[in-house]
Amino acid sequence: MWQALYEELGDKGFVPISVALDESPDAARPYIEKANPQHPSLIDTEHVVAHRYGLINVPAVIWIDEAGKIVRPSTAEYGTDQFVQFHGRESGPFLDAVRAWVNTGEVRTDEAVPSHMPAPTDDEEVARAEWALAWFLHQQGKTEAAAQHFARAGELSPDDWTIRRGSMPIQGQNPMGPEFFELFKDWEARGKTTHATMAAEREN
Amino acid sequence: MGTTPFTLIDKGQPHRIDSTNEGSTLRLATKPLLEALGWTQKTEGLCRGDVCIPIASQPDLITQQGADLLALGGVLGRKVAVDREASTASIGEETAVNRAQLAQGIAPDFTLPDLSGKEYSLSSYRGKKVLLIAYASW
Repeated sequence: MWQALYEELGDKGFVPISVALDESPDAARPYIEKANPQHPSLIDTEHVVAHRYGLINVPAVIWIDEAGKIVRPSTAEYGTDQFVQFHGRESGPFLDAVRAWVNTGEVRTDEAVPSHMPAPTDDEEVARAEWALAWFLHQQGKTEAAAQHFARAGELSPDDWTIRRGSMPIQGQNPMGPEFFELFKDWEARGKTTHATMAAEREN
Repeated sequence: MGTTPFTLIDKGQPHRIDSTNEGSTLRLATKPLLEALGWTQKTEGLCRGDVCIPIASQPDLITQQGADLLALGGVLGRKVAVDREASTASIGEETAVNRAQLAQGIAPDFTLPDLSGKEYSLSSYRGKKVLLIAYASW
């Protein structure tokens, strides 16, 4: 869908930049090859973008204007309605909002859009250092030591799905399987509602 | 005191640096450590370009045995995670810059490769409206 939006709006000074927070280029390859994007479609195995923007889940979509300013902070948005029953966030209003932004400069928001990008807390920063350590140890074949640091990262930053769910495929767990449902239960138990409103809730 | 080879990960890159354990304090060889992190030790303190951080008030930060990694992380505003058994540590980003940028609504820059390895930077798209989409197969 982002490619279709690029074809529609690309000659008006608009460019989507998609970033896959996957553990390897090969994990993202099937999705990228299927979409065949002509816009930048990047691979972020170290979660650099998650770190710098304080993102705690995917998808996370941010509007950046011509001057490099964030004009609409991160929200969970979807290019299609394929999984709308699960996440409850329709793509249509968002895509129309993007069109309006490109065509008129109007920045439309709704209840899911936070007023600013919250900076990572100290614990979240330590969690990211723990995650990077775990990821390296895992690549060195030290899976047990890695598991301890993945777990520590999750304890320090329990709402960060880029850490907790993002480490599942690395550790040979199914990100749609039992470990995910455990994570989801734990997340709900701490009073979280839906993925779409996560970013806005985080402000409180 | 004997030294042990140690690995410090910074921005995904491993740096091999000799280490010593001084009780509970982990010290890494000062010069290679500072070099890996882009700093040099001068009379003014720790310097990078025009910026110097005075360290005279912390005599234990850098000794003959090396630099205290956790304390150095504190001085540089970078979080450190350590695995002593694996002789490996990771040092986080300098988030003060990012925090300040996010607080002002400035989009932090990044450079990342595509599937073919070609690198792209956000900053090269100034003048365009950018839709930044972070996603994952999980």
